Amino acid sequence: MRHIISMLLENEPGALSRVVGLFSQRNYNIESLTVAPTEDHTLSRLTITTMGDDRKIEQITKHLNKLVDVVKLVDLTEGAHIERELMLIKVKATGAQRDEIKRTTDIFRGQVVDVTSTIYSIQLVGTSEKLDGFLAAISGTTILEVARTGVSGISRGEKVLSV
Amino acid sequence: MLMRALHDEGVELIWGYPGGAVLHIYDALFKQDKVEHILVRHEQAATHAADGYARATGKPGVVLVTSGPGATNAITGIATAFMDSIPLVVISGQVDSSLIGSDGFQETDMVGISRPIVKHSFMVQNPEDIPMVVKKAFYIATTGRPGPVVIDIPKDVTDPSRKFKYQYPESVKLRSYAVPGKGHTGQIKKAVEILLAAKRPVIYTGGGVVQGEGSALLTQLAKHLGYPVTNTLMGLGAFPATDPQFLGMLGMHGTYEANMAMHFSDVVLGIGARFDDRVTNSIAKFCPGAKILHVDIDPASISKTVVADVPIVGAVTSVLEEMLELIRQSDTKVDRAAIEQWWKQIEGWRERDCLKVTPAPDDIIKPQQVIQCLYEITNGDAYVSSDVGQHQMFAAQYYKFDKPRRWINSGGLGTMGFGFPAAMGVQLAFPDAVSVCVTGEGSIQMNIQELATCLQYQLPVKIVCLNNQALGMVKQWQDMQYGGRYSHSTYSESLPDFIKLVEAYGHVGVRIDKLSELKQKMTEAFALKDRLVFIDVLVDPMEHVYPMAIKGGAMKDMYLSKTERT
Ligand SMILES: Cc1cc2nc3c(=O)[nH]c(=O)nc-3n(C[C@H](O)[C@H](O)[C@H](O)COP(=O)(O)OP(=O)(O)OC[C@H]3O[C@@H](n4cnc5c(N)ncnc54)[C@H](O)[C@@H]3O)c2cc1C
Ligand SMILES: Cc1ncc(C[n+]2csc(CCOP(=O)(O)OP(=O)(O)O)c2C)c(N)n1
Ligand SMILES: [Mg+2]
Repeated sequence: MRHIISMLLENEPGALSRVVGLFSQRNYNIESLTVAPTEDHTLSRLTITTMGDDRKIEQITKHLNKLVDVVKLVDLTEGAHIERELMLIKVKATGAQRDEIKRTTDIFRGQVVDVTSTIYSIQLVGTSEKLDGFLAAISGTTILEVARTGVSGISRGEKVLSV
Repeated sequence: MLMRALHDEGVELIWGYPGGAVLHIYDALFKQDKVEHILVRHEQAATHAADGYARATGKPGVVLVTSGPGATNAITGIATAFMDSIPLVVISGQVDSSLIGSDGFQETDMVGISRPIVKHSFMVQNPEDIPMVVKKAFYIATTGRPGPVVIDIPKDVTDPSRKFKYQYPESVKLRSYAVPGKGHTGQIKKAVEILLAAKRPVIYTGGGVVQGEGSALLTQLAKHLGYPVTNTLMGLGAFPATDPQFLGMLGMHGTYEANMAMHFSDVVLGIGARFDDRVTNSIAKFCPGAKILHVDIDPASISKTVVADVPIVGAVTSVLEEMLELIRQSDTKVDRAAIEQWWKQIEGWRERDCLKVTPAPDDIIKPQQVIQCLYEITNGDAYVSSDVGQHQMFAAQYYKFDKPRRWINSGGLGTMGFGFPAAMGVQLAFPDAVSVCVTGEGSIQMNIQELATCLQYQLPVKIVCLNNQALGMVKQWQDMQYGGRYSHSTYSESLPDFIKLVEAYGHVGVRIDKLSELKQKMTEAFALKDRLVFIDVLVDPMEHVYPMAIKGGAMKDMYLSKTERT
């Protein structure tokens, strides 16, 4: 099963490499990874999506918790949560396809953020599934470039990840 | 400032080797007399010696090496300590901060290279950070599940002209690092009830009981319950080996009775042991009828390989104390009749006498006989460090350790070359004790240069070399699994004359090749209290270590000799 593990990390040199290294060292896979500082400049928030059965995920979270740089951690997929990913995608848009692509973009609530006479650059935000759906929907067009940020997430309701 | 911080941390002894990036530190060493420095002949030996010191004393071992090759030479020793959860603080020099990343002379990314084999690491950015980093490093290395910590220090950071107001921190707090203490009382209660109701229990303990100072409490618990006890290779000595309740080591080369008892048990109480694959054999067939109670300070050790029915995260001492208390309070009483029945069954297995030594003809010495002899002449009271191979297994099987911290070996990484420097570390920690290194002619050559260190510091280590003229453990596997094709495991024609070699280093050498002379010559060698003696014992080269687990089987599946199996 797919899990989204989100953590607060000491904003120290080497901290990120310890997290990433742990995954390769123990043969866990990383589907996506996002990291950026939080409102507290001593902390970064890092979110990883990974696949595994319950036992594997348990080991992953235990080992992550053992890293001295990891301050706090949550498996967002354990509860109700919001997940978002941003995708920028550049497609060939000529002739009749221009309208078609625009329509599909609207349906997915994306925006065309840059245009040339032959190209659209589109921005789309949503769950990874939705982004995958969009890619499938425009599979008839020529995709020139895709840049996805990876998943970021946060729990619903009162639950917070903070120190 | 670094020296001052080490001294303030209570460090008395460090092991090291100088070089450009640590010259400021070495100059500071020169100017003080509080911290003693031992100059080894190879950085790997520094880490093993510090590790041996740590295993024997329970105090952290401290190492100082230079950047680049000094640091990389230390890697094997760091990995060895990491696998066995031994507290080390390794200080490595680094090129000037301004040169980092420029492929400067003797630059290696030590923090990067060591990352997967350390508990944590630091790169010191400013001189004034030194005291806090040192404090944190020792705190992390020694608390919770112990392990090695690296402190990488750029040369400019130790420049004596960069002065700062020194103050050693009294305590440290790390918001992201919590040390488990007491176990969960509810869980312990649950475990105690299962334990008391058991009909075929086994207490299986490991290195965590030795490292966590839990031996006395473990013995108390086992005595109170009257249950059988088995130890892992790392756990030997935690429970007295001469006690009738002790079944011997378990696992790949464990005793028949220990492995049978494990397999047929209904409750396994695992304490400070990590259900290693050398213990469990096939996980799917592991202890089919047993409830697993698992006490460990590291949550990641629990249910890593074998799923625990009752996991207890906590320090062995506090959990055992609480267990003992709850056992006293509990209404459930030990089922004496069932336990007696269980012991009858175990005694039946014991009668098989799986460690019986059949003497060889023609006055040939069997390796097992050397260990038996060693045990006798040291009254079972020596510190025995070991290298890796058949000799290691023979030492584990035949030297009966009654006390913790007496058996010092590399289990997790299985590092050849560990034993001799480790024995030096032990000898420095306990100058008056008998420090023995049991080794093979293969392993000893991996850190033989330390003979010079022993001369310099007058360390009267006794080296007992079970010389089978081969990489015996490898050869045994080739015998058993590769049709006896000895691919690169023999070299009898090119072995050095160890006697001449150690004499060249200024020590004493003794060769023994007849069983009839074994005891007398060994006794004489050990009587040379102030000298390092290298005892080269020529042993039967065809001997195998038994019992040996049958790969892919359950714990009950073992070869008992070249011709018998369970
Ligand atoms: C040639 C060779 C053959 C081998 N054959 C065997 C064999 O037959 N049998 C065998 O047993 N091993 C054998 N080994 C060793 C094996 O590889 C492992 O190193 C060993 O089994 C691990 O021992 P352990 O489970 O006690 O764990 P250790 O590595 O000693 O780990 C200790 C555990 O205790 C925990 N701990 C630490 N401190 C505390 C504390 N204060 N409180 C609570 N928990 C704590 C740690 O978190 C860890 O999980 C062999 C090795 C070699 C090289
Ligand atoms: C550094 C290292 N290299 C290789 C091995 C693999 N290995 C395990 S035991 C062994 C043979 C050891 O030979 P020796 O020291 O003579 O001991 P013996 O088995 O003959 O008693 C080898 C090569 C190892 N454990 N460590
Ligand atoms: Mg050998």
